[in-house]
Amino acid sequence: MPMISRQFAFVLMLLVSFAAKAADYVAIPAGQFESALAIAGHAAHLRLAAFSMRSEPVTNAEFLAFVKQHAEWRRGQVPSLLAGSSYLSQWQGPLEPGASILPDQPVTQVSWFAARAYCDSEQARLPNWYEWEYVSAADATRADARRDPARNQELLSAIQGASGNLPGVIGTGPANVYGVRDLNRLLWEWTGDYAAMFPNADARVPGSVANLALCGGSALAFADKNQYALMMRVAALTALRPADTASRVGFRCVRDPKGK
Amino acid sequence: MSRMLPIVLSASLLAAALYATPALAAKAAKPAGQAQTMAGDFGPPQGAPIEEKLVAPPGVPAPIHRNYPARVIVRMETRELVKEIADGVRYDFWTFNGSTPGPLIRVREGDTVELHLRNDPNSHMTHNIDMHAVMGPGGGAVSTATAPGHESVFTFKALRSGVFVYHCATPPVPMHIANGMYGLIVVEPPEGLPKADHEYYVMQGDFYTTGAYHAPGLQSFDMQKLLAEQPTYVLFNGREGSLTGDNALKSKVGDTVRLFVGNGGPNLVSSFHVIGAIFDDANVEGGTLVNHNVQTTLVPAGGATMVELSTPTPGTLLIVDHSITRAFMKGALGQISVSGPAQPAIYEKGPSTTFASKTERPVQKSVALSVGDQMADGKRVFSQICSACHQGNAMGLPGAFPPLAMSDYLNSDPKRAISIVLHGLSGKITVNSTGYESVMPALGPQLSDDEIANVLTYVLNNFNNKGGTIKASEVKAVRAAGPAK
Repeated sequence: MPMISRQFAFVLMLLVSFAAKAADYVAIPAGQFESALAIAGHAAHLRLAAFSMRSEPVTNAEFLAFVKQHAEWRRGQVPSLLAGSSYLSQWQGPLEPGASILPDQPVTQVSWFAARAYCDSEQARLPNWYEWEYVSAADATRADARRDPARNQELLSAIQGASGNLPGVIGTGPANVYGVRDLNRLLWEWTGDYAAMFPNADARVPGSVANLALCGGSALAFADKNQYALMMRVAALTALRPADTASRVGFRCVRDPKGK
Repeated sequence: MSRMLPIVLSASLLAAALYATPALAAKAAKPAGQAQTMAGDFGPPQGAPIEEKLVAPPGVPAPIHRNYPARVIVRMETRELVKEIADGVRYDFWTFNGSTPGPLIRVREGDTVELHLRNDPNSHMTHNIDMHAVMGPGGGAVSTATAPGHESVFTFKALRSGVFVYHCATPPVPMHIANGMYGLIVVEPPEGLPKADHEYYVMQGDFYTTGAYHAPGLQSFDMQKLLAEQPTYVLFNGREGSLTGDNALKSKVGDTVRLFVGNGGPNLVSSFHVIGAIFDDANVEGGTLVNHNVQTTLVPAGGATMVELSTPTPGTLLIVDHSITRAFMKGALGQISVSGPAQPAIYEKGPSTTFASKTERPVQKSVALSVGDQMADGKRVFSQICSACHQGNAMGLPGAFPPLAMSDYLNSDPKRAISIVLHGLSGKITVNSTGYESVMPALGPQLSDDEIANVLTYVLNNFNNKGGTIKASEVKAVRAAGPAK
């Protein structure tokens, strides 16, 4: 914001924080990590740099504030190339979510392009898949709880037990060791690189092998075949083109450390 | 020969170059993308496209009387919904068109099938469909990954007749199948199927719930039981009791019954059997090989069969997985109710006898047992004999075996139970406002007066019944009196 004085920016930030509770970004330390996805049939060993992540998904109130500021992302104004016909369709009007939509619930029916624009608006970006997976491996006491069958079962029960077409309430489960909530149980979240990670019958990759869409393909594509909740997430994203939206697909953002 | 080949080849190439008639040219260079003629392909679809009329299981679309290949439009929708898996037990099913199994699709060999797959906007999961009748990658799964609120379309030519499974193939595949996402597509041969008086659709599946068998309330999918391949329920048509009692399949004396039988799995292979019937015809593994006079036929997970049976006598036939623990302990039980006049020349029940009471058993001193001893012995008899049908929890099986627990029928007249155990019972009775029509064998020949007194006393004082005591002397008197006429 080079044109705006610092003081004004501060006031603006205050206003925004009144309209919608300002998002907390919590620090995620650098670390080593083994992805559940296979690369060429083998588990991917990764070294991740430090970043920070929103502790909670982006809410309806936050996204409303965003479209109020950015008319080009309002329902009815956004080009269909960037957001399909069901974009924010659960809201009563382009600027009125309506009584059935809770302000502090995760926003869904947002396209990948819209999610990316939102993160950009708060000087952040969508996480890449490995960043997302790295943080989601944690539970309240362990940085990597994925080998615990009880943890995996608990996630499945929570996902399957949720009913209706809107995600459940944020924060009913404990935050994980980093202080991040609800990565695994409420909704599927966009990642910045999803289209490259999960090539599907997408027109942008003509003739590519749709590994994950195949029955046997999924057995090849996952190094850890016990992560059912993660597989659902991959399947959910695989079926979407970037302009598509779905009732259970929302997002959160991440930031790189300052000076990067 | 191998040395001659190049000569032959070059000669024919030369001929093609010299006399490039259209026919030869077509042979030499087939345009890319043009399908070769193959078995089952009767050319492009003819006539107006046909909308497939899908019906809920165990119903089956009408036989096809068509002599040309058509374009058949099939519309399916994946839905996730909580339904009863057994009385008082609910489960979050994932379905095609709201039922497990999904609707049976019926087409003719050579038909072009245009499949529209919608995913309910309220779904949580992405779904797709893999049809075993398809010759092409993923059986269609590649083309149908469908997010909630979206629709996918793919087209295939049904080139092979048979009975084929379809299922969802979205990761995690075992969970999508375990939650009920499967069904059958029948591809009729060009000449159609022989006439049968009744056609029904039965599909087995194994289910994995966090709670034990019959644990009430909403049950979650249990991942560890799935991995161990130890299901809580093994069911026909997705619900215990879906084919029993009022839901029993119907036939008449002298009629034939065709069953399209599939097994969705995800894990178990079915030993498919109908108690009281012989399969006149069984299409081995759903293909064109027909076996005859078969008692039990294997249906692999992800496989199917088509069986035909005759029903020459009236009564109730039981559909089971003859890996029989599944039938009696996990729910794999259905019924075919055959109505009509008795056919004593084919099947006749003889008179009950009291043979055992006359045998030289070791003299059983009817020592007056303490109530505790009586209960302990009664418990043994119950678990060895009664629980096979009435179940370990005495809750019975819906539509098949009446409950002994909280049973108004038992508690209203405990003495009547003595005669039933001794002499058996058949015909219609009403227990806890539910009608049952099955056969209880006479156990008089098998059990002593003491054992009968003990087991009845045990049942009366357990399973939330009203209590009471039956004495061996009472049993002796009823035994002596003989069966009521």
